[in-house]
Parts: sequence; C-alpha cells; structure tokens
Amino acid sequence: MTTLTLSKALNAGLRKALENDPKVLIMGEDVGKLGGVFRVTDGLQKDFGEARVIDTPLAESGIVGTAIGLALRGYRPVCEIQFDGFVYPAADQIISQLAKMRYRSRGHVSLPIVIRIPFGGGIGAVEHHSESPEVIFAHTAGLRVVACADAADAFAMIQQSISSDDPVIFFEPKRRYWDKGEVDTVAGVRRALPFDQAKTVLDGTDVTLLTYGPTVRTGLEAALAARQDGRGIEVLDLRSLSPLDMDTICASVRKTGRCVVAHEAPVYAGLGAEIAARVTEQCFYHLEAPVLRVGGFATPYPPSRLEDHYLPDLDRILDAVDRTFGY
Amino acid sequence: MTVESGTATTAAQPAPEMPDQAGEFIQLLTPEGERIDHPEYPLELDAADIRAMYRDLVLVRRIDTEAIALQRQGELGIWASLLGQEAAQIGSARALEPADMVFPTYREHGVAWCRGIDPMRLLELYRGVSHGGWDPEEHKFHLYTIVIGSQTLHATGYAMGIQRDGADEAVIAYFGDGATSQGDVNEAFVFASVFNAPIVFFCQNNQWAISAPLEKQSRVPLYQRARGFGFPGVRVDGNDVLACYAVTKKAMRAAREGQGPTLIEAFTYRMGAHTTTDDPTRYRLASELEMWKLRDPIERVRAYLVRTGLAEPDFFADIDAEAKQIGARVREACRTMPDPPPLAIFDHVYTESNPMPSILRAEREHYAAYLDSFESEENEASSR
Repeated sequence: MTTLTLSKALNAGLRKALENDPKVLIMGEDVGKLGGVFRVTDGLQKDFGEARVIDTPLAESGIVGTAIGLALRGYRPVCEIQFDGFVYPAADQIISQLAKMRYRSRGHVSLPIVIRIPFGGGIGAVEHHSESPEVIFAHTAGLRVVACADAADAFAMIQQSISSDDPVIFFEPKRRYWDKGEVDTVAGVRRALPFDQAKTVLDGTDVTLLTYGPTVRTGLEAALAARQDGRGIEVLDLRSLSPLDMDTICASVRKTGRCVVAHEAPVYAGLGAEIAARVTEQCFYHLEAPVLRVGGFATPYPPSRLEDHYLPDLDRILDAVDRTFGY
Repeated sequence: MTVESGTATTAAQPAPEMPDQAGEFIQLLTPEGERIDHPEYPLELDAADIRAMYRDLVLVRRIDTEAIALQRQGELGIWASLLGQEAAQIGSARALEPADMVFPTYREHGVAWCRGIDPMRLLELYRGVSHGGWDPEEHKFHLYTIVIGSQTLHATGYAMGIQRDGADEAVIAYFGDGATSQGDVNEAFVFASVFNAPIVFFCQNNQWAISAPLEKQSRVPLYQRARGFGFPGVRVDGNDVLACYAVTKKAMRAAREGQGPTLIEAFTYRMGAHTTTDDPTRYRLASELEMWKLRDPIERVRAYLVRTGLAEPDFFADIDAEAKQIGARVREACRTMPDPPPLAIFDHVYTESNPMPSILRAEREHYAAYLDSFESEENEASSR
C-alpha cells in the first residue's frame, strides 16, 4: 500500500495503462511538458514521448474528434478536458459521434476512448471552472459515465475505463485532487470492484445516502456527525452514473427505508431525479419517506464567494436526512 | 426552361464566379471533350481506365436517379442526390490506393461505389432501415456522417494514427462548401497542419449549401483558405473526372510521402435539390442550371471517347444496358427490403463483450413482453 493523493493516483493509473498497452495515448491541452493544469499527467510525456502524450492545439472539439479518428485506427486515446465548463465545445463530437458510433455501425466500430473531466466546485475558481455537467452525458445512450471519489478508486477506475471498449466520460472531483488515500499499486486492477458498480463506503441502518465524486467525502462527514446523534447513515458512492447500479442502490434502500441523494449538480432534472423515480418504483413498499434530493440550485454556478451556499455541505445533507424522518 | 416562381427571381443570388479561364482551375478535359495537358498533372491513365471511369459515372448516376424515383414513390424517406458531382467523386476515389481511408459526407455515393459498398447499404440508410452499418475497415470507407464537417476531425485523427503506425497510407476527407464554415473543419485544418498529418481535404464546392450560395460562406475562393493554415490548396474542375483523378493522385502521394495535407477544391455544381425535400426553385435561377448542364461531367467523357475512337458504339450500348439492369435490381431490392425486427432497437448500444447494462436490459424485456401481449391477444382472437 502506498499513500497517494487522488491526483497522483490518477497519474499512477495512467502510467500503468501506458506501460501495459502501446495503443494507449494521452492527449489534451498542456498535458505534456506542463503535466496538465492539475499535474495529473505529470512526467508522462517525458517517459512515453510526444507521440503518445500529445499536446494538442487549443480546441476541445478537435481533441475529441481526432481521438475518434485515432480510435478508428486502433488506438485507445485518453483525452483531458481541462475544466468541466470547457467540454461544451466538444459536446457535438461526444454526443453525436462518440456515443453513437457503435450503434450507427451495427457493432462494427468500437471507440475505446476515455474523456477525463475535472468537475465540480469548491476551489474558488472563476466562471466555467466549477460545473457538474455529468447528467448531460448520463442522458446520452452509448456512453459510460463514471466518477471517482478517492485515490484507490482513481487508480483502479481510470485503468478500468481505459480497458473498456465503450467510451467513458471520467469525472474527477477537482477539489479532492489533493486528498490522500491508501492505494494498492501492486495488486493491479483485476481485484478491484468493477467500475460499473456502486460501493458502500459506510454501513448504516436508518437512511441511505447516495452520492458520488466530491460529495462522497461530504457525505461521510455528515454520517459521522449523525452517528453522534445515534442515527446510522449508510453512504453509497455511486461511482457509475451511467449505467446506474440499481441493484446495490435498492438493496440498501430496502434495508434502511429512507433515501437521500446528494450531488453538486443542480437538483432540477439532475441524476437525483432519475434515482428518486427508480427507487420509488422499485422500493415503493419499503419506503418510509419520499426520496429527498440535495444539490445545486436551479441557477448558473454562482461567483465563488457564494459557492459555499450553493454546494451541498454537511449541514444541508443532515437537514435532508432530518426531513426524511418527518414523514 | 424559365424561372417558375416570382420569388426565385428576387431571392436568387448572382451566378457564381466561373473560373473557366486557363489557370483558374486544373482542367484536363474540356466540357467539349478535348484533352488538355497540364505540366504538373500528367495523366497516368490508359484508354481502359478512362472507359472504366465512364462506366462508373454512368452507373452511379443511374443508381442516383433510381433512388430519387424510389423516394418519390415513398420507398425512401429522403435521398441526397449526387447529380452533377459524379466526376468529382469518381475521379478522386479512383485515385486512391486500396489501403487509403475515406471519410465521406452523406452524398458520397460515387465514392462508396468505388470502395465496393453495395448501393443497397446506402438506400437502407435513407429508407430508415439502418444508420449505415457497413464495416468501415473492410471497405476503407467510413460511415456516412450527417452532422456537417464532423468527419474531417475523424479523418485527421485517423491520419495521425497512420503516422504513429509508420504506414504508407493516407486519408481523404470529403466535405462541401458549406462545411468550410464549420468549426470542426477549421479545427481539422489546424490539427492536420501542425501535426503534418497524411490527409487530403477534398471539398466539393457545389455552389450551394441548401439555399445558401457560396458567397454566404466565404469571401475568398475556398482553395485559398489552405494557405492560412500552412498547407497547399488547389482548385480543380470538379466536372472533369480526369483532372479530379490527377489532382487527387498527386495530393495523396504527397501525403503518403510525408508532405502533409492538401486542400482540393473541386469546383462543381449540385444539379439537383439538396435532398428530395428541398425546392431549389425558391432560391436559384433556372439559367444557372442550364449553364451547368453544358458542363456535364459524363457527356464530356463520352465525347472524348467517341472523338478519339477509344470506345466503340457497342461499349456505350453495353453500359446503358448494365445501367438499366442495376436500376432494376436497386428498385426491386429496395421495395422488398424488410424492416428490422423491433427489438433490434436495443442492439449495439454498448459492447457485447459485457452483459447488457441492467437498465437497458429491463427496458428491452419490458418492451418484448409488451409486444408479446398483442401477439397473444391476436392468438386468442383467432382461436375463438
């Protein structure tokens, strides 16, 4: 076991992927000499060369579009989109091309491409650097959408995503890049949980808290605080946002009878809405209360001096938990 | 032919610039069927090659004409005609090596023909039976791309892959004059240029992007755009199959030899509507069409073959007979083409090397049961 920050764990996972498969490429803005603005690709160009770790022109659609061409040629590109709010220029290539190519070709074409996106707020950034666009991609059939929340998962899930023959939108919780965790860099990924499964990060009996990415830590802190009040919150890290692991979700909700979903993205038409509908349908007779949601407001992301109000924190999660006991 | 509606007269744009004079575009065969030599583009074709190209031109036009008729009869949802662009497509496609990769738009029926795609694969797309569905690597012909310009980036990425493989291959990306306004096409130019990718950008300037004339896309001739990106641009008579062949051959060779991209502007004309749903009389003059009829890409080859004695009358009769046969086959195959089974909706969303995601599987099972419920009702009704 090695103690690594989430960012270093991603770096180690990318390095493994580059070592294990000569077809793996990394491409994006500033990923080479600089190592990326968050240093996730630090040192990789030096060790694997400019043909495999490609500093691209500054054009997101160009990055994803050429990655599609490279994948058609047999490569496995890992694209970095520098910030969440910069993915929209590439949305056409992702939604109309990347997601649909297997379907359009009746299975003849695989596009094993990973698009890494640092997402979410909490770092005091300027506009367009704190967004949570995951539901746009979860709504797009043909994509797999995952989010890692800790260093161990970052290491394993990035490698699993690169091995996937389906395109993967890989969300990285940018305000957790510097969080440290224990990572088994020797065992490899074969023993890791499949990347399309949710995991229980804290057992509890009274209410299920479903979350992912940066709010997993927030949820854990809320659960520890609730424990002091004698309330057992079971915290699930969804990990896979599309497809959703409804089996794990429903098993927990049937046990606890209550469910809260927390994410930074706006609550309105967010992933929580889909989960609430499915949990209600599949766990109706086990529910003691409606599924409640905590998250961003139906506003654009605010200036960063206000982001602490916008982001679901420990108190807002506990407030929702309290409300599920009011029914 | 006269202009049929008053609106066409007022809405029509001035006729496009006609670069007919020597030096304004590369031409090896005049509209009258006379061969011209060009010092930079020697023609590496013998009589048999030219006869084969004539056959290609006639047959793809026949398939196209048949498809338009099938749409009018309700057998196709829509059709995007290549009428007028046969020479640009056949000339460029016949200049490719078998290993070269093609990235088409949705109008490259002539190129598809040269890459061995069964015309029925194209018709089934426009009939709504599939989204394409051929194996691009088998034919070295990527799927039709409908979003304008997107494929130029795929083509560029593919060319970057060829570079990494050290292969003696190149890529050709097809697109139209309207596409040159798209961000993706300009990004493709940037990527191809800075990475010196082995790619030829083949722009069929057919003068019209649905109703928008070229002057709504560009203030400079399109081939001159290349200079700003740092690679050569050349304009060719897009209705001259021999010139399109020679210019493409040279550019592809340069790409394979590591000289980077070339932009070819094939100056041609969309003789028909944008698609079968379009009505060009609303935006262009009949006189423009008449002018372009005199530049027909097929007639000039026929005139050349006749004048030089490179083909006997039997040759033309045989090809006309073959065209008739293909037309009949296309007609019959289209009319009898079955719809896919309903549950095919759920196929190939994700890789089949993993189990189908449970949410999708549940939808499939639910819908299958729903469909079955009708069948069992029918069975009950018929057994009563």
